[in-house]
Amino acid sequence: MIGRLSILLGALSLLLPALPANARTIAITNGRIVTMVGAGEVDNGTILVRDGRIVAVGADVSIPAGAEILDAGGRIVTPGLIASGTALGLIEVRNVEAADDRATDRSDVSAAFDAGYGLNPDSLLIPVARLGGITRAIATPSYGNDGNRELLFAGQAAAIALGGGPILVKRGVAMVLDMGDAGAERAGGARGGEIVALRAVLAEVRDYVRRRAAYDRGETRDYSLSRADLEALIPLVEGRMPLLVSVNRASDIRDALALARDERLKLIVEGGAEAWRVAAELARARIPVLVTPVDNKPASFETLGATLTNARRLAEAGVLIAIQGNGNNRERELRYNAGNAVAAGLPWQQGLAAITVNPARIFGLAEQIGSLEAGKDADIVIWDGDPLDTLARPVAIFIRGERQPMTSRQTELRDRYRSDGR
Amino acid sequence: MRPFILILLAGLAACASNQASVPPAVTAVQTRPGIDPFADSDPFPSSYRPGPSMKFAIVGATILTGTGSRIDDGTLLVSDGKIEALGTDLAVPAGYSRIDGRDRWVSPGVIDAHSHLGVWSQPETVEAQSDVNELTDPNTAQVWAEHSLWPQDPGFDAAREAGVTTLLILPGSGNLFGGRTVTVKNVPVTAVRDMKFPGAPYGLKIACGENPKRTYGGRGRSPATRMGNVAGYRRAWIDAADYARRWEAWRKAGGAGDPPRRDLQMDTLAGVLRGEILVQNHCYRADEMANMIDIAREFGFRIRAFHHSNEAYKVAPLLVREDICAATWTSWWGYKMEVFDAIEENAAIVHAAGGCAIIHSDDNLVGQRLNQEAAAALSAGRRAGLDIGEAEAIKWFTANSAKALGIADRTGSLEPGKNADVVLWSANPFSIYARADRVWIDGAAVFDRGDPGYRRHSDFLVGQPGQGRRP
Amino acid sequence: MGLVFALSSATPVPSAAQPVTNPFPSTYRPTVSAPLAITGAHILTGTGAEFVRGTILVRDGRVEQVGEAIAVPEGYVRIDGSGKWVTPGIIDAHSHLGVGPAPSTPSHQDTNEAVSPNTAEVWAEHSVWPQDPQFRLARAGGVTTLLVLPGSSNLINGRSVTLKNVPATTTQEMKFPEAPYGLKLACGENPKRTYGSRGRSPATRMGVAAGFRRAWIDAAAYARQWDKWKQDGADPAAAPKRDLALDSLAGVLNGEILVQQHCYRADEMATMIDIAQEFGFRIRAFHHASEAYKIAPLLAAEDICVATWASSWGSKMEALDAIEENAPIIQRAGGCAIIHSDDGLLGQRLNQEAGIAMTAGRIAGIDTSRAEAIKWITANPAKAMGIADRTGTLEPGRMGDVVLWSADPFSVYALAEKVWIDGALVWDRADPRYQQPSDFLLGQPGQDFTR
Repeated sequence: MIGRLSILLGALSLLLPALPANARTIAITNGRIVTMVGAGEVDNGTILVRDGRIVAVGADVSIPAGAEILDAGGRIVTPGLIASGTALGLIEVRNVEAADDRATDRSDVSAAFDAGYGLNPDSLLIPVARLGGITRAIATPSYGNDGNRELLFAGQAAAIALGGGPILVKRGVAMVLDMGDAGAERAGGARGGEIVALRAVLAEVRDYVRRRAAYDRGETRDYSLSRADLEALIPLVEGRMPLLVSVNRASDIRDALALARDERLKLIVEGGAEAWRVAAELARARIPVLVTPVDNKPASFETLGATLTNARRLAEAGVLIAIQGNGNNRERELRYNAGNAVAAGLPWQQGLAAITVNPARIFGLAEQIGSLEAGKDADIVIWDGDPLDTLARPVAIFIRGERQPMTSRQTELRDRYRSDGR
Repeated sequence: MRPFILILLAGLAACASNQASVPPAVTAVQTRPGIDPFADSDPFPSSYRPGPSMKFAIVGATILTGTGSRIDDGTLLVSDGKIEALGTDLAVPAGYSRIDGRDRWVSPGVIDAHSHLGVWSQPETVEAQSDVNELTDPNTAQVWAEHSLWPQDPGFDAAREAGVTTLLILPGSGNLFGGRTVTVKNVPVTAVRDMKFPGAPYGLKIACGENPKRTYGGRGRSPATRMGNVAGYRRAWIDAADYARRWEAWRKAGGAGDPPRRDLQMDTLAGVLRGEILVQNHCYRADEMANMIDIAREFGFRIRAFHHSNEAYKVAPLLVREDICAATWTSWWGYKMEVFDAIEENAAIVHAAGGCAIIHSDDNLVGQRLNQEAAAALSAGRRAGLDIGEAEAIKWFTANSAKALGIADRTGSLEPGKNADVVLWSANPFSIYARADRVWIDGAAVFDRGDPGYRRHSDFLVGQPGQGRRP
Repeated sequence: MGLVFALSSATPVPSAAQPVTNPFPSTYRPTVSAPLAITGAHILTGTGAEFVRGTILVRDGRVEQVGEAIAVPEGYVRIDGSGKWVTPGIIDAHSHLGVGPAPSTPSHQDTNEAVSPNTAEVWAEHSVWPQDPQFRLARAGGVTTLLVLPGSSNLINGRSVTLKNVPATTTQEMKFPEAPYGLKLACGENPKRTYGSRGRSPATRMGVAAGFRRAWIDAAAYARQWDKWKQDGADPAAAPKRDLALDSLAGVLNGEILVQQHCYRADEMATMIDIAQEFGFRIRAFHHASEAYKIAPLLAAEDICVATWASSWGSKMEALDAIEENAPIIQRAGGCAIIHSDDGLLGQRLNQEAGIAMTAGRIAGIDTSRAEAIKWITANPAKAMGIADRTGTLEPGRMGDVVLWSADPFSVYALAEKVWIDGALVWDRADPRYQQPSDFLLGQPGQDFTR
């Protein structure tokens, strides 16, 4: 089967001349299409792609003359996977500081730090992640190492595409903040201190919004934040930009919920090792959670309740969850993390949703990506087996309708040495 | 696993000839691998294997032999990895592939006598890539550059494409004694031993002047001055002489009794005293070179080459008399006090005095155009009235470098029987427009500008952005 | 091997001066359990054999029989294995459980004695905290045996210890009886960063090599002193002075302690092999060994195992060239490939990591059968740890270290349903009595679930 498929796919590459993606019509036929939306799963289905977008999905799609046809050979076809909370585009080698743009040490650039600048589309990490079926990612800032500096916010995350056009898709998809152990440490050593500081800062932003003209005339009190940071926080206090809070302990999650309620902020919980313990409250408040299902170590006192069943329990309680990868160079393990959540009881469809349509919804991108239906960007992956399993691999990947190379630096090294090992 | 070694009275054979005297009753004491520095003097032996060598002839080229000769419209025959013959009226025997050398020039493979490729690798701004200076003590004679060497440094490929076939890789100059050097063939490999020049002697990198005194003086340690430098060398040589004497005594006694305590640092220094390890001495100023010569005489060793040696021209007759090579640049000068008096004519003046002048790189960019650096020196020398031919100046980065490295009997010139390390240049190599079109090492093609198959990228560059478009 | 101390047939000298080979002996005792039969299961034996509908009998703590047409004798506890898979117990050849426990508070960090480039005198077992909650998590992942190593900050980091993954209060109760000691060595960036940044040697890779060679020169001289003392009659009054660090190094030279060497780059591994040659010892395994695929024939010829990952790459320069196919390429070259964890999370799913490597190999045209690939996490680590004659495979007479999987163990969906060590049940997903957390988690918040 694999041999046959690769022949079919190989033949396809002959059929696809070097035309820009937006000038072609492509039909992926004979796929077991997992759409992640209303149509559900379509056996023996066809996806029609034109101008980089999906124009039709179904069992009875008529294929226009001149369309290039890719026979998926009955294989599973899914939306491209979306990795949230990544450093893709921002980092090359973790131990090489010059190749790490996740964090700034500037004290006047906190909330204003924008991961959408400085992105590197040539990063070696991108093809490696892509070969794990990942087509989009949320590039997320983190904190610098300067411990002497109180920096409340890490900055703003950006949505990126791993091919098929410009890397930056959307700036400012979330404001990133640490709470719990790390946040408290940065804000003076105690959780209470951080929360007070946060409330004071948000009050400042609201004051600034009302008195911008006076600020420009120098007629306001001194604000603790720079002008850039004040400006960056306006969408947050106005509820247009979600606050992505890294937090793990059950009580810390409750504190974040209270803060969001009082300040009328849109909240996303990230990490959430003990989120299962407050699942009902999260569901009631409609707060989504980004989880790493394999993270079951009691690695600190704020994660003593970490469990492999976290994702399942949250989903059962009705919480919208997205599953994260293992960070940096290891984002390609995203789908295995979903598979492990399934092994721990999460239904398969929900496992796949947690790495496709759910993160699209959480970051406000569901109009463009995350599912296979007419009007969406053509981010499509064809798999040689179950996409959540260690035993399967992608055989074809499209981003915005553009076929992606199935190579990375790692595969080139493999091919250099595999013949004789030298 | 090597069997452990029984020192079974190394002196027995000698004693056997003396029938009259009974060998002393020496107890055979078991020793173990690694205790006796003499027992295994080459623990990291070369495993270099030449590539497949063709029989070939370069016909109609201008050949600079590296011996001082120039052959116009010459033919060079290579077989079995060696230079077979060269001359003007050579017939090309059957079975030899012909390479058209018309309008092109042939020289011995370029030898860079001062390189840090592999020990300070690209990307050089990444801290993890810097393995060149063991800046932890003024004397680190115990470290060997080959153990820092990363064969995947992309600089090796760039140098090969510029005709460099052999390199002396040295530790840095932060210490008085920087460690052992290693001589490598510029072939693409995975393990260092696969590129080590077979049978090349080791070198010891010694540094004078500003670098060590800045490194350690800055930490409140000795040396902080040039007189501290000299005291540091002499103290080390006193220890080394004592160390060498103790081992010689032990061996003379047939390995009886407890062996002296082996010291890796002293092994290297004692190797210099025994004449097995060549001194490669980073030293800029004339007065310091003169001091170093006196120290060498005091302890009975030789300095093989002064490196950088920008004031060599001031003491050219002394260097000639002592038979010490001067490895230098042409254009570099003035980036620190001790290099303030550097002049472009340095190599030419040393050469004209009858000395051994070398143009070296110490730099991965200059290392790609040693021929141009030599041309600049030649041109400066001619303008200063020193009439030196190209057939002579080619030695500055071929034969003379080979001499300084102790491998002149095998490479560095195009003489029958020598290793076929050859460069075919697109033009006169002393022209800035000359490019190495083809390069052979031991008769095996390692580069061909016309064949993308020879454009190797080190593993590091595999799959990196921009590699597909690399010219 | 054992060439020097073995030379002496003199009576042992009860002296504090003479190195005592085993001052912290194992007190592990297998739990006595009824004979066991798993029937109708898909069995991978770890020897390369595979039985699609096989039966395994375990009796007196040992594997008794494995095969397809085996009758189950009277008195055996029968477990229906149909639809399920059976493998040898998983062996993690690179773990820091107990020495780098969770939670990772500073007071728990007992992995790296980063005070000198040579700390051959420290023994990992003296850092192990048996109450590390991660031991239980690893048990749930089918891990029955672990090699617990000191960290990699130093050139010579100390002795490793081989543990049975059983709940225990003292480390001695977990120690694998008669497992040889290992010595953890480390190349490359870690030691040079640790000491170079303090202005101490090693600051470069050549400093790393010099540091190793110096240590081995001292060790050879030390071992020779003891040789000579034995040869001269082993007079207790004339014994050389003991040195704890040199004891470990001399143990390596005598072939009694196995070298476990952290080393990423191909060129550095080749250098380390030369140093081993120079001083007459063997390297048992390179750990991490991301570039092993570049020198696969050399490693196969030297009979050095390669303990590596599939997915991990690029966290530092020396790991940039890691590829997923490392283990399959080693396997195909005839070498000893191992998938290890070095991590408390990965250590819970070594089977999946092996599945990733196997699948990557398949895509690259380097097919490894499941029957062979299972060796990466069973028989081959046992070999690297010097315990292959006792565990790592399901051969008659081997320890009854067995895992019953819910599905194909290389799949992400496979769960270890039951785990036995020496024939005794130590993990059962269906029975909370076999899921007890360590002391540390008793009474802690958030424990009201079955993990």
